[in-house]
Amino acid sequence: MSYQVPKFRHPELPRNELGYTRADYEGSVSTLCAGCGHDSISGSIVRACHELSLEPHKIAKLSGIGCSSKSPTYFLGKSHGFNSVHGRMPSVVTGAAMANRDLLYLGVSGDGDTASIGMGQFTHAIRRNLNMVYIVMNNGCYGLTKGQDSATADEGSASKKGDPNPFGAIDLPGLALQLGATFVARSFSGDKEQLVPLIKAAMTHRGFALIDVVSPCVTFNNNTASTKSYEFVREHAAATGTVDFVPMREEITTSYPPGQSQEVTMHDGSVLHLHKVSEELDPFDRSSALLALERYRSSGQILTGLIYMDKDSRDLHEVLETSRRPLNTLVEEDLCPGDKVLQNINASLR
Amino acid sequence: MKSLEAVNEFVIKFANVNGTGSASANNLFAKALFRMGLPVSPKNIFPSNIQGLPTWYEVRVSEKGYLGRRGGVDIMVSVNPQSMPQDIKEVEPGGYFIYDDTKPLDLRLIRNDVNIIGLPLTRICNEQYSDPRQRQLFKNVIYVGALAALLDMDFAVITQLVGDQFKGKEKLVLPNIHALELGHQYVKSNLDCPIGITVRTSDQVGEKILLDGNTALGLGAIYGGATVAAWYPITPSTSVVDAYEKYAKRLRIDPGTGSRNYAIVQAEDELAAMGMVIGASWNGARAFTATSGPGLSLMSEFLGLAYFAEIPTVLFDVQRAGPSTGMPTRTQQSDVLSAAYASHGDTKQVLLFPSTPKECFDMGAASFDLAERLQTPIILMTDLDLGMNDNMSEPLHWDDDRKYDRGKVLSADDLDRIERYGRYLDVDGDAICYRTYPGTHPEKGAFFTRGTSRDEYAVYTERGEEYEKNMHRLMAKWETIKQYVPKPQVIRSKQKTDTALLYYGTSEESSREAMDYLAEDGIHVNAMRVRAFPFNDEVEAFLHEHERVFIIEQNRDAQLRTLLMAEFELGPDKLKSVLCFDGTPISARNIRKQILLQMPGYNVTPLRRERVVGNGE
Repeated sequence: MSYQVPKFRHPELPRNELGYTRADYEGSVSTLCAGCGHDSISGSIVRACHELSLEPHKIAKLSGIGCSSKSPTYFLGKSHGFNSVHGRMPSVVTGAAMANRDLLYLGVSGDGDTASIGMGQFTHAIRRNLNMVYIVMNNGCYGLTKGQDSATADEGSASKKGDPNPFGAIDLPGLALQLGATFVARSFSGDKEQLVPLIKAAMTHRGFALIDVVSPCVTFNNNTASTKSYEFVREHAAATGTVDFVPMREEITTSYPPGQSQEVTMHDGSVLHLHKVSEELDPFDRSSALLALERYRSSGQILTGLIYMDKDSRDLHEVLETSRRPLNTLVEEDLCPGDKVLQNINASLR
Repeated sequence: MKSLEAVNEFVIKFANVNGTGSASANNLFAKALFRMGLPVSPKNIFPSNIQGLPTWYEVRVSEKGYLGRRGGVDIMVSVNPQSMPQDIKEVEPGGYFIYDDTKPLDLRLIRNDVNIIGLPLTRICNEQYSDPRQRQLFKNVIYVGALAALLDMDFAVITQLVGDQFKGKEKLVLPNIHALELGHQYVKSNLDCPIGITVRTSDQVGEKILLDGNTALGLGAIYGGATVAAWYPITPSTSVVDAYEKYAKRLRIDPGTGSRNYAIVQAEDELAAMGMVIGASWNGARAFTATSGPGLSLMSEFLGLAYFAEIPTVLFDVQRAGPSTGMPTRTQQSDVLSAAYASHGDTKQVLLFPSTPKECFDMGAASFDLAERLQTPIILMTDLDLGMNDNMSEPLHWDDDRKYDRGKVLSADDLDRIERYGRYLDVDGDAICYRTYPGTHPEKGAFFTRGTSRDEYAVYTERGEEYEKNMHRLMAKWETIKQYVPKPQVIRSKQKTDTALLYYGTSEESSREAMDYLAEDGIHVNAMRVRAFPFNDEVEAFLHEHERVFIIEQNRDAQLRTLLMAEFELGPDKLKSVLCFDGTPISARNIRKQILLQMPGYNVTPLRRERVVGNGE
């Protein structure tokens, strides 16, 4: 069962440009386990959408199957949602995005949904540079079937059941980079200060934006021998730098010391500030990003933050040269060539 | 030996090597006859291969208008030594075997009951052309020229046709006409012609066109307003999306901006293709995919979601011989059961069965109306025979006053007028509920689409009674659907009879021809062509009206019969099977033979002279 969140809120909750409070971006009460990392990510999504003043009904949230994929019910209650089939969310988003290019597509998936059953669709959505945000709620295990290792579980990591995982992990950001993803980030469900601006930047990016969010499973994979536990991630996370996202309509008020920050203007005019960026990583250079990922991985650390971004990304609609008008708004006059044309075609077939 | 004699009624078969350009020359031959006003039915029987394996092209010519396969071959044009032993065996006694006599015929192959005609095709080519590719290509055109003389065809029609076919590539016209003349001249100067089988200009074509079903489906999708096509290449369905793209490039470019009013995505597999169709349809675009058996298997998972979540979905299934990879370039009607009940759990899918290119166009376009009106997958079941062969068809027509039926969709204003929106609330009592597109209204109408159980307001629930209520409503919708799908067509015998034939799709033409043969045998039958599943009430009444009904289909397991037995709880005493599943289209003679064998009082020895021969007989 899903339960509606009580509508009563503090009357002085801050309102965004559209007059919406954060409550307008919330969904039903979560039925995930208490303390689940996924709920924190849902909270970050709510905050990011509120702060960006997005119209909730202009967002479509889609997911596959699993704990992660249940979470879209728990945010953005005014948005259409689609809980599709295990591992097949990317294809459903592809079709939806082709039908209406004017909505924002937020895909939510898990590590099983993405790195195992949905690997094929995940890679091809990247390859086509579908204009969507793809959030992986990555806990290294299958929660709904009680804690089996997933393909992102690290070698040697052990879940609550206690057996060390004998297989190497699939690193989703690394894979995405190799496949040509145009926006790649990693974060941690417990670090909203990092995650919220990353979600905002991803939502503004034109093209496929992956955020792999390590999100501990408190029930099956939060023990000491697990590399996806709160404790382990806190101790081993290394950030690429801090990301500040300044929406198009807002004035840039913070001043950043010269030499330590980089400014990126997004296609809608928003500005992304990256500061205290590590010397070792140029997030606008794919090979630098790949190297940094590998270097941190081999030293036993988890690199988080914005890892790579292609400022000149061209999304699938641009490649296909589809009409600016959403295809789902076209009517008979736009679509049907009429009988006269058909009679000419008949004539050519005699 | 008595040679076959016929005017405008015969079967000719070409035996070629795949990849040598023979299909275009054979098509030229068939189309020339069509232009002479003769009903023709060409069938390309090709291998799963790009170059080298044997391929055949059979043309039925019938002034009487029979367009199905008759069975048997009257004239064999043998251009492929690989298949010669098999090919000469197929010729009817008194028929004609035309071969390349540059090399002498193997004495062991010679049949005394067949007219053997030699044409030195290779020798002529070697004398005329130095380029090996030209030698190969023009060999085909030369035998077409030779046939024109042998059959007494109107040579001017062929040369005119060459001009039309190479419009825009004029420098190819003269060399092709020259090659035609080489063959023509050789026969005129060296052989007795015409042979016993000849053609004469007729007027049996009228306004009809020659078109393959896949192109008609692609055009149907254009006219039906499809904007999103998602697909994965698979024979024999590939040319559906090829045709859609070809016409979209001409007819769907925005005049102001030059941008495209369509999107075609070549998916990573059929699973993804179906996911894209569902995503686009959910979002209010008309979308479709085309596939064949193996793709249908992969799409089953998603078809269950679309059925249960009630998302309009259009799927064109161009059937081929299964199971597994089966015979990927041969025809069958063997996906009927897997499509009708596609997906796990209790599912029933709507099927349409077109028989002609015109029906492919009409039903293809109508699929989008039906899918949106009924909010469920529409699976149009065609096959390789209809899809990839040129079929003579009534011309296509579009009513310019026609409006698309977009089904029950609420606008922002509609939403403002209702108190509480429920996606799965049966407001009108027809078990079809109201949809909303994402992005319609800032406050109302949003809901969660899911494959898990939910209540009438689309809220997740695991309460058994809510689940059951929903499943009952889906069955009530199934009843509503019966009123919308195309009705069957019935042919009544002039004589009173308790025997009937029931067929669908590409079995139609051969079945109708078989009815004429049976009438000569003294067996009169009524006939019904089923055009959709769920079966309309007329189908049930028709079955009850007869003592025995022969269900004619092109698969091993009598799949439509199984479906009829399951839906109407009828027994095998009443429903008899007539089957063909060798990968070639069912022939009229085959149908007649199978029916005679099962008719009470008819000896198992056929009454007419019959020789069991190869393909499809």
